[in-house]
Amino acid sequence: MSEVLLEVNHLNKYFPLQRGIFRRSAGAVRAVDGISFEVQTGETLGVVGESGCGKSTMGRSILRLIEPTSGTIKFAGQDILALTDSQMRAMRREMQIVFQDPYASLNPRYTIFQTLSEPMEIHHLYHAAVRRKHVESILDRVGLAPSYASRFPHEFSGGQRQRIGIARALMLNPKLIILDEPVAALDVSVQSQVMNLLEDLQQEFNLTYIFIAHDLSVVKHISNRVLVMYLGRMAELASSDDLFADALHPYTRALLSAVPIPNPRAKRERIILRGDLPSPANPPPGCVFHTRCPIAQDICQQKAPEWREVKPNHYAACHLVAL
Amino acid sequence: MINQSLLIEEMEAQQVVNERPDFMRRFWKSGTTKLGTILLVFLILFSFVGPLIYRHSAIKAHLLYTDAPPSAQFPLGTDSLGHNILAQLMVGGQSSLEVGFAAAFLSMVFGVFYGMISGIIGGWIDTVMMRIVDIILAIPSIFILLFLNVAFQPNLIIMILVLASTAWLGVSRLVRAEVLAIKNQVYVEAAHALGARTWRIMNRYMLPNFLGTVLVAATLGIADAILAMAGLSFLGLGLPPPTPNWGGMLSDAMNYMFQNSWWMIYPPGLAILTSQVSINLIGDGLRNAIETRER
Repeated sequence: MSEVLLEVNHLNKYFPLQRGIFRRSAGAVRAVDGISFEVQTGETLGVVGESGCGKSTMGRSILRLIEPTSGTIKFAGQDILALTDSQMRAMRREMQIVFQDPYASLNPRYTIFQTLSEPMEIHHLYHAAVRRKHVESILDRVGLAPSYASRFPHEFSGGQRQRIGIARALMLNPKLIILDEPVAALDVSVQSQVMNLLEDLQQEFNLTYIFIAHDLSVVKHISNRVLVMYLGRMAELASSDDLFADALHPYTRALLSAVPIPNPRAKRERIILRGDLPSPANPPPGCVFHTRCPIAQDICQQKAPEWREVKPNHYAACHLVAL
Repeated sequence: MINQSLLIEEMEAQQVVNERPDFMRRFWKSGTTKLGTILLVFLILFSFVGPLIYRHSAIKAHLLYTDAPPSAQFPLGTDSLGHNILAQLMVGGQSSLEVGFAAAFLSMVFGVFYGMISGIIGGWIDTVMMRIVDIILAIPSIFILLFLNVAFQPNLIIMILVLASTAWLGVSRLVRAEVLAIKNQVYVEAAHALGARTWRIMNRYMLPNFLGTVLVAATLGIADAILAMAGLSFLGLGLPPPTPNWGGMLSDAMNYMFQNSWWMIYPPGLAILTSQVSINLIGDGLRNAIETRER
């Protein structure tokens, strides 16, 4: 459990903005700005933040589906940003992704068998008969009948399609799977089924997850640790229990106060954030959160807060958190 | 290895078998498509099998029988130089159909490659490639065709190249638009994440998606090429004599309009009309059949 599988250091992804016919550079959208964290083998790191905070961009950057602007990403001790294209293709067997939208993530012209055997075709694995068996066993494993292999995606419901998406990620037997809001597009009743499936698979195949979500309640029951992001930056990182019991960053507190409690009589203080998310092309000076922070002071407008270990293994970026 | 490729082939074959009867049934359902197919088959048989049955020279000048109206000896009469019009019509059909099909095929292949490369690479290369297309498209194609035909002594091959040189533009735009639409699909990103090469994505994800649309465009392109070639020949810039062709026959006949020599005008005119109608009907039928499948 203590072995580090993924180490991300000062990861940046800036999308350049261009203006006019000569494509003059006009600044950049800082989608991911100075993210650093480690993920240990077998753990689940939850990543939470509102829409547009760069969490999906971060996930795709780790897989080099988007080339990061700078930073290092070490997977099992190897710097994957230094790999050549063909080395990276081989590395993709180890790290996979499940997408948010199960309707868009499957090729409508492929049967389920084609979709699931393609990973093995790409990496020249196994003979045909073995491939078919493998597809059938994985289908069975994610709770779908093996006979579904000959059908097309449009014949399935959203939950079933997401199971197929998960099966595709599992085909190459990866170590790390990035789950990019895998249940956000599903009905609540189906969500919990898929969450349970993900937990079972993690146990069985000793998988490491990076679980991206915009909803803290979804992340709570699957994550060991949770990273809270705001405007491309890290706001807080702590074990799941710590974070839910004792959130330090005012943004995390605001998020927590928005999690519904299934008890109509429960009363609690809601922290309502005013205003919109500032533009990541033109982030506020000082602490990026100060424009919406309910407890902001003068210092927040002038100086960006440091990333500090406030309590053992509980990090936050806020001036006003007492040491 | 043999096993696996066999299985894949088998699966693909199965899929094609499943799709084909359905597709063909939809294609055949419409009466106009049937009419178009029958007309085109007739035209092909007339041009290529006809001369084997009706063995008369198309280039021999029967000087005793110039301007002869249809008769037992010359079923469609003769022109001002005593050429047998029926025989000329057959041979002229050969070059029209050959050039039409070849130019359409060539422009389809080139347009698909050009559009796909432009769309996949993107960035400034895409911009430059597409501006080139815009520039050529901005010039009326008849000028380009006239210029090329004057610059090069046209023979069958050059004629094909000249006609294809303007016909690929539309195809490349079509393909690029399709590529851009598919490129950003999540399932294409998923294929990248699995380690698929660009070639595989082009081959397996892009091509099957727009092949139908391109096929329709190419079919209609055959008609366009035949018409363009007839037009060039009519202006005297087609294949050099004595090879007969439909446009040239019409142009010759124009000089004898005052003699009321209808047998010189109607046959090549009807031949051009038949080729246009038949191919357009087939193209429409193909489009309907493909669009229904995608619905």
